[in-house]
Amino acid sequence: MRGESITVRGQVQGVGFRPTVWRIATELGLSGEVRNSGEGVEIRLWGTALERFTERLRAEAPALARIERIETAPLDGPAPEGFRIALSGGGAMHASVTPDAATCPDCLAEVRDPFVRRYRYPFANCTNCGPRFSIVEAAPYDRERTTMRAFALCPDCRAEYEDPADRRFHAQPIACHACGPRAWIEHLGGGAVSHEAFSLLDAVDAAGGMLTKGHIVAIKGIGGFHLACDAADAAAVERLRARKGRRAKPFALMARDLETIRRYCALSEAEAAALQSPAAPIVLLQAEGEALPDAVAPGLGQLGFMLPYTPLHHLLLRRMARPVVMTSGNVSGRPQCTRNEAARAELAGVADFALMHDREIANRIDDSVLRVDLGRPRLLRRARGYAPAPIALPAGFDGGLRVLALGGELKNAFCLVKDGQAILSQHMGDLEDAATAEEAARNLALYQGLYEHEPELVAVDRHPDYLSSKRGREMALGAGLPLVEVQHHHAHIAACLAENGLPLDSGPVLGIALDGLGFGEDGTIWGGEFLACDYRSSRRLGCLKPVALPGGSAAVRAPWRNAYAQLMAELGWAELAMNFGHLALFERLEALPRATLDAMIAKGLNSPLSSSCGRLFDAAAALCGLAWDEQAYEGEAAMRLEAAVDPAALGEPDELAYPFSIPLLGGRGLPYLEPLAAWRALLGDLHLETPVGVIAARFHRGLAKGIVAMAERLSGAERSYPTVALSGGCFQNRTLLALVHEGLEARGFSVLSHERVPANDGGLALGQAVVALATRQA
Amino acid sequence: LAHGGGGKAMRDLVADVFVAAFRNPEMGELEDQARLSSAALAEPGAQLAFTTDSFVVDPVEFPGGDIGTIAVCGTVNDLAVGGARPLWLSAAFIIEEGVEVALLRRVAASMRASAEAAGVVIVTGDTKVVGRGSADKLFVTTSGVGVIPAGRRLAASRVRAGDVALVNGVLGDHGAAILAARGDLALTSDIVSDCRPLDGLMEAVLAAAPGVRAARDCTRGGLASALNEIAEAAGVGIELDEAALPLRDEAKGICEILGLDPLYLANEGTLVLFAPAGEAEAALAAMRGHPAGRGAVAIGRAVEAHPAVVVMRTLLGGRRIVDMLVGEQLPRIC
Ligand SMILES: [Fe+3]
Ligand SMILES: [Mg+2]
Ligand SMILES: [Zn+2]
Ligand SMILES: [Zn+2]
Repeated sequence: MRGESITVRGQVQGVGFRPTVWRIATELGLSGEVRNSGEGVEIRLWGTALERFTERLRAEAPALARIERIETAPLDGPAPEGFRIALSGGGAMHASVTPDAATCPDCLAEVRDPFVRRYRYPFANCTNCGPRFSIVEAAPYDRERTTMRAFALCPDCRAEYEDPADRRFHAQPIACHACGPRAWIEHLGGGAVSHEAFSLLDAVDAAGGMLTKGHIVAIKGIGGFHLACDAADAAAVERLRARKGRRAKPFALMARDLETIRRYCALSEAEAAALQSPAAPIVLLQAEGEALPDAVAPGLGQLGFMLPYTPLHHLLLRRMARPVVMTSGNVSGRPQCTRNEAARAELAGVADFALMHDREIANRIDDSVLRVDLGRPRLLRRARGYAPAPIALPAGFDGGLRVLALGGELKNAFCLVKDGQAILSQHMGDLEDAATAEEAARNLALYQGLYEHEPELVAVDRHPDYLSSKRGREMALGAGLPLVEVQHHHAHIAACLAENGLPLDSGPVLGIALDGLGFGEDGTIWGGEFLACDYRSSRRLGCLKPVALPGGSAAVRAPWRNAYAQLMAELGWAELAMNFGHLALFERLEALPRATLDAMIAKGLNSPLSSSCGRLFDAAAALCGLAWDEQAYEGEAAMRLEAAVDPAALGEPDELAYPFSIPLLGGRGLPYLEPLAAWRALLGDLHLETPVGVIAARFHRGLAKGIVAMAERLSGAERSYPTVALSGGCFQNRTLLALVHEGLEARGFSVLSHERVPANDGGLALGQAVVALATRQA
Repeated sequence: LAHGGGGKAMRDLVADVFVAAFRNPEMGELEDQARLSSAALAEPGAQLAFTTDSFVVDPVEFPGGDIGTIAVCGTVNDLAVGGARPLWLSAAFIIEEGVEVALLRRVAASMRASAEAAGVVIVTGDTKVVGRGSADKLFVTTSGVGVIPAGRRLAASRVRAGDVALVNGVLGDHGAAILAARGDLALTSDIVSDCRPLDGLMEAVLAAAPGVRAARDCTRGGLASALNEIAEAAGVGIELDEAALPLRDEAKGICEILGLDPLYLANEGTLVLFAPAGEAEAALAAMRGHPAGRGAVAIGRAVEAHPAVVVMRTLLGGRRIVDMLVGEQLPRIC
């Protein structure tokens, strides 16, 4: 009889891997044992059908498992009797907490089956599904260190938990009506609610009934509270906006099934697959078919849908033929509530009722947001269902130092690197918000505990005032650790290289980083950059035109400031007044405090120069009349401009695209994209009363052409940069991404873009980590 | 004014302008040093306080004062917030060639007036004239000596959780007045700089509330920087209430158009102090009873949570970190 020792690496713990091993081994008549270890799963096998074993293991791996590597070695010694599951060793980087996962088909079937004991149980789960990261308080991952600690297993649940043949073998959050968490409904204004009064099945069903009647209901989910209302009820949606203080930022939607979503949106196969994946993210879809009230996503042609991802959500939506708004349960500007008392205090003026439960949420984790662009799913917000799954680093990064990278200021996420793996935290939000900053500190401690991570190297953004950078500098100083300050756009491109698996020693690529603002190498503010990049270094080869931001961060919020600064940068008031004085736009410009703005720009008073692409979009949206005053949320102006694009106009002859030229800065410095001719053409189109959809299309096409032309020019006849990497928040504009991507490919470039890691600042920490590591390994 | 290379005519002129303005018994003899009575230090336990600061401001004259006013008030206030009674000042001037003598006379006169208001004497000084472009009109350096009476111990590090933060009046007027006075920004406003000496106010407060732990004048970097220094030194958190902040609509308007945050705007006659909760009412009443503290209000408190971090409860109910800025107000938003 032969023996073999097998090590399986990847996401293989806490996902029902050992029972699967047990089942296959037993079915093949093999003897031996399986255990969890710091490396992953260790299997010792004796028998005759050893080849069949690994084959079947790959084919029959549980839904949430991800096998990265299987290593085998011959084994000596006598074969034991039978096959057993042995106790675990310690936890380590690649074998720890997995992301929360949507209810599996087996659990859903049970919840819907009146003849089994978990019928209508809102918290049913198994090794293939259920809460994970959101309930973890410490390592290693077992029930005692999760918020399920509060619920002692009943004999039935315990039997399932201990039976290797059961789907619930060692499923830590296992529960049932008899022993597990309960849901109830309460009046947020005070006073009890009896669901019998609604003659409904139970509290969850009653909450569904309240939604149908037009009420706003706070619903406690996996990673936090949601605020829900009937999405087709315009009055309810408006009421929710008013009470929450959320002017225009789009609301996410939940629908009971794909059929319901198809009534409102076109749905590709890739989009349907993303919706149904265990991560169950919000998927942004093109609105098509029946319309929902504009208040759901004002001014945007896209709707963000998700499917129910817990039994509670399934039960809630069971009888809802229409989608439900499911927006984060908070008052605008604050993080989502996670605790019952906080929700009672904060949401009392917002929701009429609350569907509560008594399973504590240990870690807030927002819904992830994804969109399928160019046929590939791309994460825009990486949180529930994705974090904290490890990202394997490319060849050349194995071993090496343990790095802590602290990320950006907005959409903050941090990143830990150890043993060639990167753990990117969930999206946390804007650090200027004190609650978010406190949570970031708590999360960092949690992750460091879960992954036994003691940093040897700290990486931060170069910005002098990013709170993340300040914290990182303090930590490095306090612990005597080396600190690497990484330029913002270098980090963006490096994140893109890393997630695309480019090996450490690859030659330089041309990085195109288009975003809002980032602190540049030269102390000015960058945001539209063409960089010669590898992991170790980055050199600025070209940029968008540096234009003043009159009012600094005020210019980030108010699009009119950029519209004015862009026009005045070259065009000047005299030409504007002479040629375009009759436009409605001119009246708006005339009403601005021009003398003050001119002086600010001329003297550089709180008006730093910036080559930002985001601000260029703000200006274009403002000139088109799509945005002017304060933006209600980050990126609103640009999103409205993109939403306005008339797809038919994207097929117009090339000459109609707005022209961007490529002169040299100061006549001899860097090449830059000059928008002067583009603005003249845009104003000309306003004069001709060209529809705004056509103007928006011509702007997108012109800019994309300019970007591609710049790439060609920088790469030169000798094709110095055969590979181009695209990163930065502006590439979340799908029209721009598609035009640039296709334009570059048509000219023979190979193009890298983001999928698993956000192109926006949510991916920054990964880039910082690999740059720091590469710099130190050099 | 001619660039004099130490020429006698120039020195005479300057002596005429400044000595005439500041004439007093200690200075009278024009020796190379001022000779001061040590009587004030004779009290056992008293401490000598000594500070220095240089002043540059554009424009040199602005509504509510000029560079002379802030040169005296700035140094007096640096002494006063430490609990010292300011006594003597020195003043040194770097003058750009070509500056009108009339301007120098006006500056000297306002220095004298501010010194009188503060009850300090300018006892020694110096002047240098430099070529055009080597300075911008006029730079002034003042140093000050004061005495901290026995038993007073004001220090940022003494602030404890529970202490109440008080300010003596409206924030940001000086910064806003300067911006408006530049003229080139085309801002019209009636805002007058708050520059004034605060030693009298501090004496009044300390008489009524001797337990006051610390005070800081909110000059460059504004209230935000002063609070961050205190939070850091004391290792406490500070919680601010946005609704309680005394801001004038006009200053807010100027900040809005320029994109500046009034919390970081400079003041020249506004301080923040921390009083133990039990003495907060007395301190507040004493401030309001003094002409420099009519608009005094409580704006927040020291807390145990978030040590060394200043957090503001916003009007919308959020909690925003108010951080110390390393540089100018560079946008952090991506
Ligand atoms: Fe960025
Ligand atoms: Mg000073
Ligand atoms: Zn399941
Ligand atoms: Zn049970």
